[in-house]
Amino acid sequence: MKIAVCIKRVPDMDLRFAIGAGGKALDPAGLKYDIADFDGYAVEVGLRLVEQQGPGEVVVVSVGPTAVQETLRKALGMGADRAIQLSAEDVPFDGMAIARALAAELKDGGYDLVLFGRMATDSANQTVGPMTAHLMGVPCVSAVSKLDIAGGGGTAERQLEGASEKVEFPLPAVVTIDEGVARPRLPSLKGIMAAKKKPLEVKPAQLGEARLTVQSIALPPDRPPGRIVGEGADAVPELVRLLQTEAKVL
Amino acid sequence: MANAFAFAESRGGELRKVAFESVSAARQAADATGGGEVHALLVGAPGIGGKAAALGRAGADVVVVVEHAGLERYSPEVYAATAAERIRAGGYRVAFFTASAEGRDLAPRVAAALDVSMASDLTAFAIEGDALVGQHPTHIGKIITTVRLAGTPAVVTLRPGAVTVVEAARTPRVEQAAPALDPAAARVVVTAIGAKGDAQLDLADAPVVVAGGRGLREAANFALVEALAAAFGNAAVGATRAVTDDGWRDPSTQIGQTGRTVSPALYVAVGISGAVQHLAGMRTSKTIVAINKDKDAPIFKVADYGIVGDLFEVVPRLTEEVRKARASQ
Repeated sequence: MKIAVCIKRVPDMDLRFAIGAGGKALDPAGLKYDIADFDGYAVEVGLRLVEQQGPGEVVVVSVGPTAVQETLRKALGMGADRAIQLSAEDVPFDGMAIARALAAELKDGGYDLVLFGRMATDSANQTVGPMTAHLMGVPCVSAVSKLDIAGGGGTAERQLEGASEKVEFPLPAVVTIDEGVARPRLPSLKGIMAAKKKPLEVKPAQLGEARLTVQSIALPPDRPPGRIVGEGADAVPELVRLLQTEAKVL
Repeated sequence: MANAFAFAESRGGELRKVAFESVSAARQAADATGGGEVHALLVGAPGIGGKAAALGRAGADVVVVVEHAGLERYSPEVYAATAAERIRAGGYRVAFFTASAEGRDLAPRVAAALDVSMASDLTAFAIEGDALVGQHPTHIGKIITTVRLAGTPAVVTLRPGAVTVVEAARTPRVEQAAPALDPAAARVVVTAIGAKGDAQLDLADAPVVVAGGRGLREAANFALVEALAAAFGNAAVGATRAVTDDGWRDPSTQIGQTGRTVSPALYVAVGISGAVQHLAGMRTSKTIVAINKDKDAPIFKVADYGIVGDLFEVVPRLTEEVRKARASQ
């Protein structure tokens, strides 16, 4: 089984963010970067599939500047076999541009499965997987929280709002991974050493025109200061009064 | 003057609240561009057309109904091909979908089929000349990104609850159409939809969400949360990741960075400390109430109203008072 996993380098979300000069990007001072959460799950899913159903190959792919090589090396340290950097000065915000670059690389690559994280934790568009699938002409199942691959096809489960659905699909396919499928392993020391020698190919990204762009970014407005209505059950009547007369939600 | 398109989401033969939000957004976009028509697309099993007229309430002028026995459940490829065909034929300025589990799957397929880019999960939008400009919470809600989408049609998903439905009583023309792809030819097939579990209402639809966290101490105590939700009568039950990880609640009810995102009119956080990952899923709620014994819990920083106290005393009392308040209405 030949599997590609498309991953993104994103800032660590636990840090405090500031707006950079120009107002279109984060202030880079103090930021740390890592593989996007869901993309880590996707790498793990790819590795397990080859381990359990091998032989096979896991290829990790990322669009972006030289810095994404660090993220690709991490995935190689987890156990991926080789990496491809689709080189671009910046990662466009437009999912369609990224999908064009990925599809151009992956379309004729003979992949049985192309995996993505459900969405990148920074841009949060959740569009690249289905768009790449369309451009590759293969079926797509997005945001799966359970996945079984067998006999040239797959079954998956997707979480809806308060319900879930079961989905069947044939391979080759694009699948985007939600939480719950597989906790990513940490790269071992041996894995990190081995990763240094694994092939990492650099090619130009064929992004085309980006039509979704960032005009500006801002910190969210503070919610108007709330108030403690009171302590204990005795505060309940006052809370209910406020919900009726002030918030008008009851 | 430009017409606008709205995808009207349904599940199990019923329109979802987000369908009205999508149509109402299209109404606003059409009116803002000189008063074009709003065309809604409603897809489902035979009988779904009976719901078409209701979309007039949110301002639909035309409802295109696509009924097929093979469309009892969501069928991503059929829906995408059908929506893309209608949008291509209609020459719309904007096409609205919802940033729900279904809409987030559907809209990027449609955009790719139309060879256009799209904007996701907008909480506000405006048409500015050749572009659509929108607000999109990014970085787990810690940043608000103003995005600019060039090109026509502008394909957009809207965050559930972000659009207030404006009543615009119209009687829509209803047109029947066939799916653009035979459901039997679809490669991706939804074979079953699981029971809704014990949630009273769909999280994306419910005007009120009551959510519980670790403060409830054990799974059985979620009965308190369910009783409060039942007292509201229009509430869904949510949970934190800690709680779904421990198997107290179904993963589909998880609210937060890695779960669902909700924006109800009222969010009641019971025994939830308010980790940043949880806030990412609910901080755009209109009114937030927090009940927690720790007065320094971060949830109180985003709450409009807080009660510091033992939830095992506060929640039953609140349930009783809400029930009384609703009975007197």
